[in-house]
Amino acid sequence: MEGIIGYGASIPRNRIKVEEIAKVWGADAPSYKKGLLVEEKSVPSPDQDTITMSVEASKSALKRAGINPKEIGAVYIGSESHPYAVKPSGTVLAEAIGATPEVHTADLEFACKAGTEGMFIAFGLVKAGLIKYGLAVGADTSQGAPGDALEYTAAAGAAAYLFGREKVVAEVLETYSYTTDTPDFWRREYQYYPQHGGRFTGDPAYFKHITGAARGIMEKSGLKPADFQYIIFHQPNGKFPFRAGEILGFAKKQIEPGWLVNKLGNTYSGSSPLGLTATLDISKPGDLVLIVSYGSGAGSDAFILKVTDRINEVRELAPKTRELLDKNRNYLEYGTYAKFRHKIRKAE
Amino acid sequence: MREVAVIGVGMNKWGELWEKSLRHVFTEAAILALDDAGIDKIDSLIVGCMSSGLFIGQEHLSSLLADYLGQVPVPAARVESACASGGLALRMGFIEVASGMSDVVLVGGVEKMTDVNGHEATFALGTAADQEYECYHGITFPGLYALIARAHMEKYGTTREQLAMVAVKNHDNGSLNPLAQYPFKVSVEAVLNSVMVADPLRILDCSPITDGAAALILCPVETARKLKKPVVRITASGMATDTIALSSRREITWIESTYQAAKRAYAMAGKKPEDIDVIEVHDCFTIAEICVMEALGLVEKGKGGKAVEDGLTSLHGKIPINTSGGLKAKGHPVGATGVAQAIEIVKQLREEAGPRQVKGARVGLTQNMGGSGGSSIVHIFERS
Amino acid sequence: MPTPSRYWREIPQRYRLEAAKCKNCGYVAFPPRLVCPRCQSRAFETIILSDAGKIVTYTIIRVPPQPFSDQAPYAVGIVELDDGVRLTGQIVDCAFEELQIGKRVKIEFRKVSEEGEAGVIYYGYKFVPA
Repeated sequence: MEGIIGYGASIPRNRIKVEEIAKVWGADAPSYKKGLLVEEKSVPSPDQDTITMSVEASKSALKRAGINPKEIGAVYIGSESHPYAVKPSGTVLAEAIGATPEVHTADLEFACKAGTEGMFIAFGLVKAGLIKYGLAVGADTSQGAPGDALEYTAAAGAAAYLFGREKVVAEVLETYSYTTDTPDFWRREYQYYPQHGGRFTGDPAYFKHITGAARGIMEKSGLKPADFQYIIFHQPNGKFPFRAGEILGFAKKQIEPGWLVNKLGNTYSGSSPLGLTATLDISKPGDLVLIVSYGSGAGSDAFILKVTDRINEVRELAPKTRELLDKNRNYLEYGTYAKFRHKIRKAE
Repeated sequence: MREVAVIGVGMNKWGELWEKSLRHVFTEAAILALDDAGIDKIDSLIVGCMSSGLFIGQEHLSSLLADYLGQVPVPAARVESACASGGLALRMGFIEVASGMSDVVLVGGVEKMTDVNGHEATFALGTAADQEYECYHGITFPGLYALIARAHMEKYGTTREQLAMVAVKNHDNGSLNPLAQYPFKVSVEAVLNSVMVADPLRILDCSPITDGAAALILCPVETARKLKKPVVRITASGMATDTIALSSRREITWIESTYQAAKRAYAMAGKKPEDIDVIEVHDCFTIAEICVMEALGLVEKGKGGKAVEDGLTSLHGKIPINTSGGLKAKGHPVGATGVAQAIEIVKQLREEAGPRQVKGARVGLTQNMGGSGGSSIVHIFERS
Repeated sequence: MPTPSRYWREIPQRYRLEAAKCKNCGYVAFPPRLVCPRCQSRAFETIILSDAGKIVTYTIIRVPPQPFSDQAPYAVGIVELDDGVRLTGQIVDCAFEELQIGKRVKIEFRKVSEEGEAGVIYYGYKFVPA
């Protein structure tokens, strides 16, 4: 049996409310909150980045898996905010958890689905028998241009998954990917902030790929929406995942446990992976879980997981995602947020 | 070993000496010491300087300063033990004369600190701490002493006001010292309301950034006896080291290196703490003076703050400490400090200290400290 | 700009708290040493320090060195880990008024400073409330 043997999450403690951002740009906060179904978002401290959150999430995954880090054969971090343009994030992670030097490492990028990309590859290597354990992390300290709609949601967080074939917490029953070339959101080399196609990011981009992947994997596995206890979609805002659920025939209650975006924001590569950590935190042995990511550009990865008895043994070994979301929050004013996110120009 | 005496002292006003370079500041002090001793030739030069490399980009001070003092080809050495560099220069000069290697040695100390901005000065001073395991994490020198202060307050109930009283006392003394950088008085309220630097330490708990130099002339006692001045002998030199990382010490509030250095010095001079009439200690921060009083055995462990409050260490108290104004008011040109401490004691023992004279002082002690206590040097002086 | 060698060689300590335990007397040296300061033995084994402890003392740095200017004010403390070893490091994610001697903290991996905007990023341990 191959699947997830450990999982962990990392969420910064800082938050900024939609009202606080709207106030600065003269925007109407209630309409943003209603339109996006987002109330606040996480903000990294100046000493947090994709690498540090990846390390923390991975340490939790290791605690739950209880394995020797030296036996990890692959480490992948999927992100669109790797701190270095050239020089891997994954090497820092591999070194910090003690997996070096016999380990394959790569940084992945595919907008918001870079995290599930890593999961896909790590799982594939484990299944193929090439490695004993594989670690995949989805992490981002997302940037939205000041005043842009993305600024209300672009958040920070990380989720880490260890794959193996023994002591499995959630067996991977099926995988599926759905990819086309669709330029709905991008960031060019040397540009600080991403750009997007406005409403074009909806139907031809998010919904087409999410529904395409969800339908594809259900067809491949012979399962239907009602067979799943939980479903996690990528969460660029609060509305999109519910609408995708409606289109596909999922009920709200299947989506809600992994729906974090209203309090967390969009953690990009961490978004659907964090939805999954929150879901595993509350799932029971035997539950079937479907996760469908979405990355602009565009594509979706889908996994069907079956939760095992072991979930009850590992759940309490590391912080739960909802606890991280609710604990020790620190609300920022826009000025501090702008300082933390390097949006203030200083003297050289 | 030969007995060693101090026959000349030299020091100019300290402060922000914008017009003067390091070599100029040093040479002026050295000339004053030569004149005080009534000589114009020396056999050897030893200078203490912590970080001329970082402050002005100049190393090789040994030759540079010997040259500018017109003394080449005398042998010369520059020694470094962070903020105790001056004390170390004195110790090396003492050893050189005592051993018979040289007869007349000029011991100097110098630091030129204002040619860099505040950030660079903070960095340069930080090199006295563990770069990889203290400074790496953003600690500063005020920060390290703040860690000691917080622990001392927690452990012994030392109060914020008692810390302030160290600054008040030293500024009271400094107001009587025309060579001091800040010869003015401060009040407890002024200290308590000054800018916070590293909680609980405020700017008036900290010694300043200073340009300055100091110099002494040492020679065998027999030579000194031929001069007309009172003979001040150096009767002990004790030095000890400790880990430079504060976290590695067993007791954060206890300066073991000072305790060890003092123990050696007391034994060498055959003196006890209560035999000392006047003391100069390394009050780089107010808390440092309190910890040093305890390590020197002047008060019981943990009682330093109370002793300051009770006036034990003020100019007319039982054990006058830092009659010169200390590092706090006189200034702290790092490498010069240990030498200037000796100058104050020599002046006290010669009864040349003017309005800050401690009546009948016959035995004096200096304590100079590097970093957060990684090195300490104690000297004892006696008037014959 | 310094070469990255200086940072790189401390990685085992800064990333995963590798220390050296004296095989003769059990003294734990962090960072590792070649000679035991307690018994002068030269035989050590590598151990990993525990990742939680309590605050021994702390301060709040208001006047920082240059590389830390964006972070000020920030708390730095000495923490005694559960295995008895003491480390100096920043205490983050904690309101200043909640800092106190004896408070339980745990290690987190954080960015410590960076070599300007274009240089190497320096990572390492910090403390957060447990």
